[in-house]
Amino acid sequence: MKECEISARGINVWYGPKQALFDVSLDIYKNTVTSLIGPSGCGKTTFLRCINRMNDLIPFCRVEGKLMIKDTDVYGKEADVLSIRKKVGMVFQTPNPFPKSIYENVAYGPFIHGVRDKKKLDEIVRHSLQEAALWDEVKDELNKSALMLSGGQKQRLCIARALAVEPEIIVMDEPCASLDPIATAKIEDLITRLKEKYTVVIVTHNIQQAARVSDYTAYFYLGKMVEYGKTAEMFENPKEKSTELYLTGRFG
Amino acid sequence: MKIGKDPDGLAELLVKISAYSMILVVFFIFFFLFFEGIKIFNFESVQHFFLGQSWQPTSSNPRFEIASIIIGSLFVTAGALLLSVPVALGCAIYLSEVAPPSLSELLKPVIEILAGIPSVVIGFFGLTVVVPAVASIFGIPSGLTLLSGILVLAIMVLPTIETISEDALRSVPRSYREASAALGATDWETIHKVVLPAAMPGITVAILLGFGRAIGETMVVLMVTGNAAIIPTSVFDPIRTMTATIAAEMGEAPFGSPHYFALFMIAATLFVISFMVNSAANLLIKRGSRYA
Amino acid sequence: MLDRRTTQAVVFSSFLLCVALVVAILFFVLFDIISKGIAMVSWEFLTQPPRNNMREGGILTPMVGTILLSIGAMIAALPVGVLTAIYLSEYAREGRALSLVNSAISNLAGLPSIVFGLFGLAVFVNLFGFGPSLLAGSLTLGLMSLPVIIKTSQEAFASIPFSFREASLALGATKWQTIRHHLLPYAMPGILTGLILGVSRAAGETAPILFTVAAYFLATMPSSVFDQSMALPYHLYILSTQSFNLRATQNVQYGTALVLLSVVLALNSAAIIIRAYFRRKYRW
Repeated sequence: MKECEISARGINVWYGPKQALFDVSLDIYKNTVTSLIGPSGCGKTTFLRCINRMNDLIPFCRVEGKLMIKDTDVYGKEADVLSIRKKVGMVFQTPNPFPKSIYENVAYGPFIHGVRDKKKLDEIVRHSLQEAALWDEVKDELNKSALMLSGGQKQRLCIARALAVEPEIIVMDEPCASLDPIATAKIEDLITRLKEKYTVVIVTHNIQQAARVSDYTAYFYLGKMVEYGKTAEMFENPKEKSTELYLTGRFG
Repeated sequence: MKIGKDPDGLAELLVKISAYSMILVVFFIFFFLFFEGIKIFNFESVQHFFLGQSWQPTSSNPRFEIASIIIGSLFVTAGALLLSVPVALGCAIYLSEVAPPSLSELLKPVIEILAGIPSVVIGFFGLTVVVPAVASIFGIPSGLTLLSGILVLAIMVLPTIETISEDALRSVPRSYREASAALGATDWETIHKVVLPAAMPGITVAILLGFGRAIGETMVVLMVTGNAAIIPTSVFDPIRTMTATIAAEMGEAPFGSPHYFALFMIAATLFVISFMVNSAANLLIKRGSRYA
Repeated sequence: MLDRRTTQAVVFSSFLLCVALVVAILFFVLFDIISKGIAMVSWEFLTQPPRNNMREGGILTPMVGTILLSIGAMIAALPVGVLTAIYLSEYAREGRALSLVNSAISNLAGLPSIVFGLFGLAVFVNLFGFGPSLLAGSLTLGLMSLPVIIKTSQEAFASIPFSFREASLALGATKWQTIRHHLLPYAMPGILTGLILGVSRAAGETAPILFTVAAYFLATMPSSVFDQSMALPYHLYILSTQSFNLRATQNVQYGTALVLLSVVLALNSAAIIIRAYFRRKYRW
C-alpha cells in the first residue's frame, strides 16, 4: 500500500445556501497522479480548491469536514494558510503568468517566502524551468515578458512557477483546457514525470487524458464522489452505472 | 499580534480607515457648515431667513433673508436645464442611436473637451462674448442678466447631461431594438417607443445630476448674472445665486460675524440640496439596476 | 408609409442640429479664446510676474501658484484615494459599510465646489489655524479631487483579471503582498490617469481657493506652505471682473484664459491618451 498524502473525510462545501459537495471522503497517495473527473458542475474543481484553501477567496463559501495533508489539518484552527499553499502548488485552467519577465514569474514564489540571495534565486529559476521542460526554450530570454510566450509555454511557465516554492503536491485545474494537442501532449508528458517527486492531482474534462496520465481516478457526480480507484481498473470495469455512462460518453 | 510584524493586518487597517474616512468627511463637511451656519438664527429667525426677501448684510441695520437668492438660483438653474436638456438629449440620441460608430467616436472628444473647460474660462467667455451680445441684441443697458446666466450655465451643464444620458441609452439591450424593428417599426419609432422608455431612469438621473451641477456652479453665475439680490420679473433682470453670494461676500465677511454665519447657512442649504439630489439619483440607479 | 419616414427624417435632422450646435459652441469658445489670446502668449508672458497693476508683464506667479497647489492637492489626495480604491475593489464585501462608503463618495463628487471652499475656510484656515495658505488650499482642492481619483483607480483595479490574484495567493503570498507586488503595479496606468484628471480638476477650479489660499496680487513667490499664493483661475477671475481698467487688461485676460485652457485640456488629453495606450497594450 502506498503512503497516503492527502486524506479527506466527510467534506461538505456550501456556496451561500447552495451545497456543492456532499460528504466526500478520499485518500490520495504519495507520488501518484490522481484525476478528478465528472460532468460540469459535479464538484471536482471545488474539491481541488479545498486542498489549498483557494475556496477561501470565494465569498460566502463554507467548508466542513476534515482534510489532512500528512499531519497538517488544512481546516484546523491552527492551520497556516500560507504554508499550506506553499506546500500545494496550483496550476490553473487558463495559463496566467504575471505580466512580468519569465525570470520574475518563477522567482516570485521563493522571493515572497524569504529567498533574497540572487545566486540562489538564479539556481531555483533554472532548476524549476528545467523541471517544467521549458529551460531550453527560454534560457536566453529570461528577461523577456512572459506574455510573449505561446499558450503551451505559458502553462509550463506556470508549472515552473508552482514548482519554484518546493511544493509537495501539485494541483491542476484542467491545465490543458485552452491548449492545442501538441502543447497538451507536452504537458501530459510532464505530468507523468512530475509524480516521481510530487503528488499530482488533476481535474480534467478529458477522459482520455485521465486514462493517459493518472494512476488513480475519482469520479464525481452532482457534488458526490461516486467512485474512486485505480484508473485502469475503473476504466475497464466501472462499478457504478453512472460512472459507466460517463466513461462511455453518454452524458457529460 | 504586533502591528509592525503583521503588514497584512496593518494594510487592511489602513485601507479601511481611508474608506471609512470618506463617510466621516461628508459628515464633517455638513457638521461644520451647519455648526457655523446655525448661529445666524441668533440674529435672524428661521422663517425670515428662508422666506424673507431682504438681503442687506452690510447695512447699519443688517437683514439676512435669502428667499430672493434661492429663487435666483432656482430660476437660472431651471432656465439652463430648459435649454440644455433638449439639446443634450438630442445629442445623446443622435450619437448613440443614429450616427455611425465612426462619427460617434469622432464627436466623443467634443463633449469631453467641453466638459474639461474650467468654469472660470466659460465664465470669462460669457462675460466677454455672451453678455455684450445679450445687451446689444435686446437693446438693454447691461447684459449682466438672468438670461446671460441661463445661456452660459446651459453650456456648462450640457456635457454632464449628455454623457449620462448617452450611457443610459447605450445600455439598453440590443434585443429590445431588434424586437421592435422586427415588427416593422421605423428607427425613430423604435427609439421613441422602446429605447427611450427603457432608458428613462438613466435619463432622469442625468437630469437630476445636471440640476445638481447647475445649482452648485459658482464662477459662471458670479461673472455673468449681475448679482443683484432681487426677485427677477423678467429674464432681463439681474439675479444673484446662493453660490455667487458666498463667493462674492465671504472675503469681506468678518470671521464670527452674523454675515459670516449667514453665508455658512447658505452653504449648508446648498449641501442639503446637493445631498438630496444625489440620494435621489442613487436610489434611481439602484432601482434601475434591479429591473435590468 | 411615407409619412412615418418623413417624421423620422425631420426628427433625426433636428438631433443632428443639436450635435452641430454643440460642436459650433465648442469651436466658437475655443476660437474666441485662442484667436484673441495667442498674440499674448510669449516666453516673456510665461516667465514674468504681473506688473503695473497687472496690465503688463506675465503670469509667472499665478502659474507657479497653480502648479504648487496641484502638486499639494495630489500629495494630500493620492494616498487616501488609492487606499480607498483598494478597499472598494479588494476588501469590501457587500453590505451596509460598503454602501455607506459608496454613497459618501458619490455625495462628495456632487458637492458644489464653493461648499468645499467654505469647509476649507472653516476647518483648515480657521480651526486648524493654517490661515489662507498653500497648505489650506491644497487640502481643500485635494478633498475635492478625491472622488475622481478614487473612481479612476477603482476601475483600474477592477479591470485586473482575477486570475493574477489567484496565482499569487496560490503561491502562498499574503493579500497585501499580492496587492503590492501585482495589483498596484498593474493598476499604475489607471492610477496615473486618475492623478492627471485630479490635477486638471485642481488646476482649473476657482471657488475652492477663493478663501483658502488665493491672493489678489503678490510680488513674490510663496516661500513656505503657510504663505498665500496667486493662482491662474483666480487671476483670470480678478482680471476680468475687478481690475481698475478692464479694457487695459483685456489682452492679459485672454492670454491668461488661453494658458489656463491649454494646461487643463492638455492634462485631460494626456489622461485620455494614457488610458487608450494601456488599454491596447495590456490585453491580459
